[in-house]
Amino acid sequence: MKIDVRGLSRTFVAAGRETPALLDVDLEVAEHEFVCLLGPSGCGKSTLLNIVAGFLRPSAGEVLVDGRPVTGPGADRGVVFQEYVLFPWLTVAGNVEFGLQLKGTPASERRAIVARYLELVGLAAHAEKFPVQLSGGMKQRVAIARALANSPEIILMDEPFGALDAQTREVLQDELGRIQRVEHKTVLFVTHSIREAVYLADRIVVMTSAPGRIKQVFTLKLPEIRDRFAPEFTHYESEITRVVKEEVAKVHE
Amino acid sequence: MSRTRALALLGVLVVWAAVSYGNRALGVMAPALLPTPGEVFRVFAETMRDGSLPRHVVTSLARVAVGFGLAAVAALGLGLLAALCVPVRLMLEPIIEFVRPIPPLAFLPMFLVWFGLGEGSKVAFIGYTTFFPMFVAIAAAVMRVDMTLLRAAASLGAGRLDLIRRVIVPAALPGIIVALRLGFALALFVIVGAEFMGADAGLGNLIMEGRTFFIPAQIVMGALLLGLLGSLVNMLLLAAERRLFRWREAGASS
Repeated sequence: MKIDVRGLSRTFVAAGRETPALLDVDLEVAEHEFVCLLGPSGCGKSTLLNIVAGFLRPSAGEVLVDGRPVTGPGADRGVVFQEYVLFPWLTVAGNVEFGLQLKGTPASERRAIVARYLELVGLAAHAEKFPVQLSGGMKQRVAIARALANSPEIILMDEPFGALDAQTREVLQDELGRIQRVEHKTVLFVTHSIREAVYLADRIVVMTSAPGRIKQVFTLKLPEIRDRFAPEFTHYESEITRVVKEEVAKVHE
Repeated sequence: MSRTRALALLGVLVVWAAVSYGNRALGVMAPALLPTPGEVFRVFAETMRDGSLPRHVVTSLARVAVGFGLAAVAALGLGLLAALCVPVRLMLEPIIEFVRPIPPLAFLPMFLVWFGLGEGSKVAFIGYTTFFPMFVAIAAAVMRVDMTLLRAAASLGAGRLDLIRRVIVPAALPGIIVALRLGFALALFVIVGAEFMGADAGLGNLIMEGRTFFIPAQIVMGALLLGLLGSLVNMLLLAAERRLFRWREAGASS
């Protein structure tokens, strides 16, 4: 298994009160697999992702990547954040190059890699711009290029399209699908959009409302290139919607 | 914009001339007490010719440069350390909070006792005065750095030193530059006080000399020159800032 989450729990302490966010989660993600974590807000899906990224420590259990326990963030797991988190003082090319510079990749090689990934996300013409000059969709493309250029085997995405308008969102979903067909990364993708999950995932993990547990796992039998209006697509969409709704309803009880 | 500014400055000059020359004609108070622009300019020309003015300016600026430079290096190092290392911060905080409100001039006599009448006391005094505000502002700028930037960099493979050098310093740089600019303005502010006591050169000394020998025009000239130097340096630093931080407003130019 590429990612192996074992008996993972996480409790947050605020104002002397303990709030469990994740409870005994087991999850295996195979190499090259695209897994979506889906669930109502506050279900701990981002917490799970942050633990896999090494930003948070688990209260119990562990995460193994290639059989080795995760102890902190690392270049083997690229992260794409909802709020882009580009380095504002660096140009688009400078952002994409950041990880390569840390590794000491020679300049000529860096230029070639940066050019390749900016081409891949359609930003070749904007290499010398600064992040403030870009739209939200463009910023997220830079963030994706930055993660990919560092050639991690795993990409972790935390609601990456959540801050974008509906049109841009679908365009980027299309592009991410296309990129994944080229790059074959192991992807863990957090979203609360069922449509997005059905469009992108090989497998969808639906989580319960807090404390987050795994409620149900759907392995999608859909073609590689998906049609949002195909009957099988809408079938999955409505079935998963029903499961998620049960959890959302619990939040409001 | 620049025309309005020039007009405003010209207006001040006109009012000054009207009041001082009017006073001379009407004899409201002793003419020597209110120097005219002409008299001030005459003192300026004389001290330029005999070379004393350039010497005073260079002396003061050298003291400011060394004192401010040492304080800036210390404030940067300790500011980073205090912002990044909680035990250091907890230790420094109460000390700084206690020392900071003491008007630096209160300690000036002690600096003369400790460092003597020479350059040492002036440089040390400027360093002491400018250190605290710069330290506090730099530590605050570093603590404001967005945590998620550090996460992003760490997941691209950045180690502790990379994080400081490639993320924290550039992200905090705008705040750091503002701190340095304030520190420099403050250095110019206190150099005069430091040179009032036991100095044989410098703009403060020039002003004190004007008092001792009763040459009001020389006092006014010294004060105006300090204003000019201060705004000149500030303008240079602002221009440098605009060049350095193109990325903050690049949106407007594209």
